[in-house]
Amino acid sequence: MAIKLLNTLIMIAVALSITGVINRTRAMLAGRKGIRFFQHVMNVRLQLRKGSVYSTTTTLLFRIAPCVYLGAAMIAFLFIPVANLEPICSFHGDIVFVAYLLALSRVALILAAMDTGSSFEGMGAAREALYGALVEPALMMAMATLALFCGYSSFADIFSMAQELDTNLTIVLLLVAYVFVIIMFIEAGRVPVDDPKTHLELTMIHEVMCLDFSGIDLAMIHIAGWLKNATLAMIAANAVAVVFCFKWWFAAPLAVLGTGMAIGIVESLRARNKLSRNITYILTIVAMSALVLLIGFLLIQNIEI
Amino acid sequence: MNLYLKTNNIASAVKLADIPTVEYLDLYNDLVERMQDKRYHIAHYFATEVEKGLKFFILLLDDATGEVLISSFQPDYYSEEGLASLTAIHQQFHPFEREMHELYGIKFNGHPWLKPLRFSHDRRDKQSTMDNYPFYTIEGNELHEVNVGPIHAGIIEPGAFRFICNGEQVLHLEIALGYQHRGVEGEMVRNQNRLRQTLISESTAGDTAVGHATAYAELVEKLSDKGISSDLKRERVVAIELERIAMHLADTGALATDIGFQLYQVACEALRTVTINTTQAWCGNRFGKSLIRPFGSNFPLTEAKIETIRKNIADVRRRYNEVRTDILEAPTLLARFEQCGLVPTEEMWHIGGVGMAARSSNLMRDIRATHPSGFYAEEFHHEPVVKQDCDVMSRLATRLDEVLQSADYIESLLKDYKPSTEISAPDYDAKLSTDSLSFSVIEGWRGEICHVALTDEEGNIAKYKIKDPSVHNWLGLAIAVRSEGISDFPINNKSFNLSYCGHDL
Repeated sequence: MAIKLLNTLIMIAVALSITGVINRTRAMLAGRKGIRFFQHVMNVRLQLRKGSVYSTTTTLLFRIAPCVYLGAAMIAFLFIPVANLEPICSFHGDIVFVAYLLALSRVALILAAMDTGSSFEGMGAAREALYGALVEPALMMAMATLALFCGYSSFADIFSMAQELDTNLTIVLLLVAYVFVIIMFIEAGRVPVDDPKTHLELTMIHEVMCLDFSGIDLAMIHIAGWLKNATLAMIAANAVAVVFCFKWWFAAPLAVLGTGMAIGIVESLRARNKLSRNITYILTIVAMSALVLLIGFLLIQNIEI
Repeated sequence: MNLYLKTNNIASAVKLADIPTVEYLDLYNDLVERMQDKRYHIAHYFATEVEKGLKFFILLLDDATGEVLISSFQPDYYSEEGLASLTAIHQQFHPFEREMHELYGIKFNGHPWLKPLRFSHDRRDKQSTMDNYPFYTIEGNELHEVNVGPIHAGIIEPGAFRFICNGEQVLHLEIALGYQHRGVEGEMVRNQNRLRQTLISESTAGDTAVGHATAYAELVEKLSDKGISSDLKRERVVAIELERIAMHLADTGALATDIGFQLYQVACEALRTVTINTTQAWCGNRFGKSLIRPFGSNFPLTEAKIETIRKNIADVRRRYNEVRTDILEAPTLLARFEQCGLVPTEEMWHIGGVGMAARSSNLMRDIRATHPSGFYAEEFHHEPVVKQDCDVMSRLATRLDEVLQSADYIESLLKDYKPSTEISAPDYDAKLSTDSLSFSVIEGWRGEICHVALTDEEGNIAKYKIKDPSVHNWLGLAIAVRSEGISDFPINNKSFNLSYCGHDL
């Protein structure tokens, strides 16, 4: 039980820190001192103390969406182990469950955005739905690769088994980690797919869907965002940790620093994609994860023969 | 018969009596012919109330000879026929005809779309308001409309952008301005105090304070036989070029912001701060307000100030050149800007595009080269930067080159310059010539700024007209985004960076 608790606490710490690392990396590369490390947490704390304002055109759908969004992200979050620790929840086939919890949270937000009747939010919802649909095969195939290697279909089992894997699979695991990091870029709405810093509604994807949320609802969406980031970052870190050192004290900092710095560096050193190019970008990741699955499958076959 | 009075941008004001008053039909026929030649473009076209009805003045610029052609006509007061629209043939007349229609209810027969220009308070038809603005619409279920504004997300100036889109693709963009009712032109007439007039012209467009103030100062100076010293002209050119550098730097940074490219954004912001702080060190205001005054200056350059400007600008030039080299080699940036927001040369010419945006579309419109005034007309040779690609990258590349060019100009202007004792304090009481028309055309950082004034028999300003380059170029933006993705609108908008307040006078 203590291990499960430790697992959850580490996951929470990871979730809270990633945004801080991103901000700090960006600030350093821009030659600035940067905001406080936990400024984003302070902001959310402030929002949590505020009430919400609702547009008169919205319905109940808009009000329950943040709860669904946060709830789904929270449950998914509880299934992820930190390297050799155990997650609180786990059952056979939970990788599919987690993938569709993430999808559920996306649907909730898309519906809420459509509910406002704003033309901006409609466009944002359309973009999110398109990219969501495109990125899902990548996520499923990356997870399937993991399942294939270990013969299990729950995160806890996969990663507890994974340390006994053959070194032949190293490269495949690193590629799986890469795919998860890119999926996280897309899910978190960071450059090159989306730009969370922009003030231009016409170019936004995720941010524009949150325009009508305020106060506590907005805070819930932010928190859910951190949890989703932590979920994907930790899966990626676990895949890397399997190769190098399968210990929680290696995987947790790796999840925070690896993904946080990767996002910070990418956001400083390149421009966003043209929106129409995003489709190509995401399909490349899908192709890559298909390749990973195929190579993984071939390797497994060879080993068994 | 002579239709035009020919003058130029450095000659003194012309007497109203010398301007030929012609038949509109003759002028119309001549303009239909004449404007087919790319060397001509319109500087201003306005109507003013005279004893009996309205008198119309038209100013044409001839880029080939540097001449300014002025003509006027006065239709019969009782005529209800209206005038044949020039816009129907040459689109560059559209803002002027729309303005006259809005102010005086003049009918322009055959004008494709006489919608209001800026909803000024003295408009003729008070029923026409922003609430019943005739937005263009397309019927059908496949298309959707997106309305942005009138509150601008970034710079808090009002303008409504109505997109008609097919999915992500823009089919049509309509830009509706006129939310600010400032009455600038009326205020210039109500206030005969010359200092106040200077302050108003300085505030016409906040980002072109030096440009508009110089246009006003030159206009007033042309109305007087009291000349100004060459040193004062030189210092004004330094001020204009400083403003150009500052704004081009700001726009380079803003373009980087819009594509989420943090590195260039912070680099350009830092350089812009150095530049506007240099202006502040000179005159106490970062945007160069209070720097330009008629007949003199309150802030003549001193040895120390020259040293500061030269040092800072050399530094900015060196650092910007590094940014420039990197920008031209950044693949992700080029992927966003190249082949985006095309305004072909022909289109740019049709709509009467001016300034930096026109030069980026391979249309040479640069007052510094074609109609130089002030120090530009003296021992100064300007080679305009013209780019061929007509896209967002082209507009960025023009900026990249013009900053270096302006920095070089400042260096060469100040290198051997000894602070002069000749520059006097401003004179706000100089007697102005009576019954005259005076104009000034200045190449501000955005493009040609044109101020025109008519004086009455006592030498007071009786009519004042201002034209910011934005008036021409807003339509260019609407053309640029056609068939682009709607998410590329912001970078197109930033690549033009037009003024809302310069339009909504």
